[in-house]
Amino acid sequence: MNAFAPGRPPGKEGKVSVPTSEPSLYAAHQKVYPRAVSGPVRRAKWAVLAALLSLYYLVPWIRWDRGEGVPDQAVLVDMAHARLFFFWFEIWPQEVYFLTGALVLGAIGLFAVTSLFGRLWCGFTCPQTVWTDLFMWVERRIEGDRNARMKLDQGPRNARWWRLKLVKHAAWLAIAMATGGAWIMYFNDAPTVAVEILTGRASLAVYGFFGLFTATTYVLAGAAREQVCTYMCPWPRFQAAMLDEDSRVVTYRAWRGEPRGKPDGGHGDCVDCKACLHVCPTGIDIRDGQQLECIGCGLCIDACDEVMAKLGRTKGLIAFETLKNLAASEAATRGLPPGPERLAAGMAARRPQRLIRPRTLLYAGVLTAVLLVMLGAWLMRETLTLSVQRDRAPLYVTLSDGGIRNGYTLKLAHKGRGETLQLAVVLEGPQGLRLTVQDAPRDAAGRPVITTREDGITQWRALVTAPPGLRLPESTPVTFRLLDAQGRSVLAQGSSFLGPRP
Amino acid sequence: MPTKIEKDSLSGQNTTGHEWDGLKELNTPLPKWWLYTFYATVLFSLVWVVLYPALPITGATGLTGWTARGALPAQIEQGRARMEPMLARIRAATPEQIAADPELRAFAMAGGRIAFANNCAGCHGAGGQGAPGGFPSLADDDWIFGGSFEAIHHTISHGVRAGESDEERGIAMPAYLASQMLTLAQINDVAEHVLSLAGRATDRAAAERGAGLYAENCAACHGERGEGNREMGAPRLNDRIWLYGGDKASIVRSIAYSRAGVMPAWRGRLDPATINMLTVYVHALGGGE
Repeated sequence: MNAFAPGRPPGKEGKVSVPTSEPSLYAAHQKVYPRAVSGPVRRAKWAVLAALLSLYYLVPWIRWDRGEGVPDQAVLVDMAHARLFFFWFEIWPQEVYFLTGALVLGAIGLFAVTSLFGRLWCGFTCPQTVWTDLFMWVERRIEGDRNARMKLDQGPRNARWWRLKLVKHAAWLAIAMATGGAWIMYFNDAPTVAVEILTGRASLAVYGFFGLFTATTYVLAGAAREQVCTYMCPWPRFQAAMLDEDSRVVTYRAWRGEPRGKPDGGHGDCVDCKACLHVCPTGIDIRDGQQLECIGCGLCIDACDEVMAKLGRTKGLIAFETLKNLAASEAATRGLPPGPERLAAGMAARRPQRLIRPRTLLYAGVLTAVLLVMLGAWLMRETLTLSVQRDRAPLYVTLSDGGIRNGYTLKLAHKGRGETLQLAVVLEGPQGLRLTVQDAPRDAAGRPVITTREDGITQWRALVTAPPGLRLPESTPVTFRLLDAQGRSVLAQGSSFLGPRP
Repeated sequence: MPTKIEKDSLSGQNTTGHEWDGLKELNTPLPKWWLYTFYATVLFSLVWVVLYPALPITGATGLTGWTARGALPAQIEQGRARMEPMLARIRAATPEQIAADPELRAFAMAGGRIAFANNCAGCHGAGGQGAPGGFPSLADDDWIFGGSFEAIHHTISHGVRAGESDEERGIAMPAYLASQMLTLAQINDVAEHVLSLAGRATDRAAAERGAGLYAENCAACHGERGEGNREMGAPRLNDRIWLYGGDKASIVRSIAYSRAGVMPAWRGRLDPATINMLTVYVHALGGGE
């Protein structure tokens, strides 16, 4: 029953009972001391980090002129006035589905990228990775590289220890505060709130969120680090569903590296220098194969390539590689001794990555569909809407002359600025129904005229009366139509007129 | 106590020693910080129980003495302070002025709706539809005491037969049978006449007999042709709207034992701004006058 573990010696099937002392159910935290590394992957990571952090810190400061009395911040979630500003776009709370749509696009885009190139999100762009990287860089500048840090932590807690730790934590805290402060600026006018925070005049809520995001940044990037990815984040758990044998993932080419050992001819290309272990931010050994803990940052690739270059060997012992190619190389080199022939045979067996496959087509299809729906929704977005609510208590009113009257609330929402529209209301329904709108003036033709409010809602109470002689069924459909000054129909909204059973 | 800890050959991990029908559980240790975080939450809850009301015992407050009920007045005061600039304008304006100003009107309609639900809906219904038995509809066009802004404001302020002041609305209607002013037969004739005012009489002879009695006893308040009198709060009798039912039995009962609906005076219970907002809201319900 050992089908899942090929290559194990026969006769050792099932579980082997070995007397062990009672194991602990809790594991102590093993601190990871990643070593600095340089190379193309590291350079790409620095570039992504610089771009994302500048975006995060600077975007709230971009000004965007929208006219008098309107926030001039390009990206702003204005909670107090219930508006979301994003450059050219401005949405109302009931249009939050545009934001939802953007998040859905992001999620599917993430699925698509993962199915093609593995955990690019985790390794390069996830805030946890970016800020941890930044914090590690600061740590390295202050305490030194891997060995220096290990020595410092194992050594005595002398003045030097205290000084370095103090400086490091102060620097971390400063970054965390900048991060927490920048978050607040997406919800408040950036220059104003920045001054308020610094001068102690901000509201308690602002300081509360500022403290919260400062604390989470400090704890997650300073202390929790890989623990977040390994134990807290759900994404590593279900991203396996997006990966398949055609996805590029960080892999160790065991067919080339094994058996590990001294570069003396009898061993594979892996010299067991453990450089890949020492640079790993999550403290794992990539040579163990695909692991949940691997965030796919690819720093082990740079570390290994450095060593391979020093030894004068071909780079790429660890590489972004598909599992299909890995298996093909493995099959092609089975039985071959270590050496240039094995390397050539293994590399020759590789095929270009299959980018177009049912999974990626599906993701691309869904992505396109959602994109089109979003685009359609935005293009067909109404800037002027009318809602008609019929009174429910009472359903209808009998008047003193025996006529029947229904009451309606008209809500006219105008998602625009700069102009006030005057619209005449007409009722479409059975002949004889009379429409009045309370507190609304009438135009030359005697029709009630309602007005919009700049970037807001106006509410009107309309009464529709059926004179005593008019025979109507219990429910009659009616339509409220709004006409502009030229008499053109602008909007229409249906409702019903109720009366007693005839 | 786990008895048989094994090393799983496949994963290289130990089992916990637990076994269910041959299924064994691998020991995947939880990080210690996770455990300590759990302990920290337990500790937090203990501190919380000491400081805040958390025990299901009546009157048990924590050391801080904080309660949600105790915090409410301050929150209400805060809300009121936020509304005060608008309320001041509402207080200073007449209901007509409020209705003419879109901003004030929107505020008054919202505030009036809440005040109506809190104070008026019990008798007059959630939408002002009224209720049988003397609770008039405020959504129709029949106003016993008048439907102008001023009249509505007056009625709300001083109430109806509330014994509040000389300003109050409504006088009492005599109970014609109970005080032996009319016999039952005469009342029957008067009721037929009242029905005839709206063209609904079934016994023409009785209606004619009742005409004289009506002129003597009822016309002073309800008018010659039943047009009603708002000064006295005598309802119209020649329309389709009946406060106590428009069938003959109900009318007979009304004449025999009289009717006198009562509404409390809200002046003093509600502040002037709320009464102004209620006036605007009630005026809008039935279209006002």
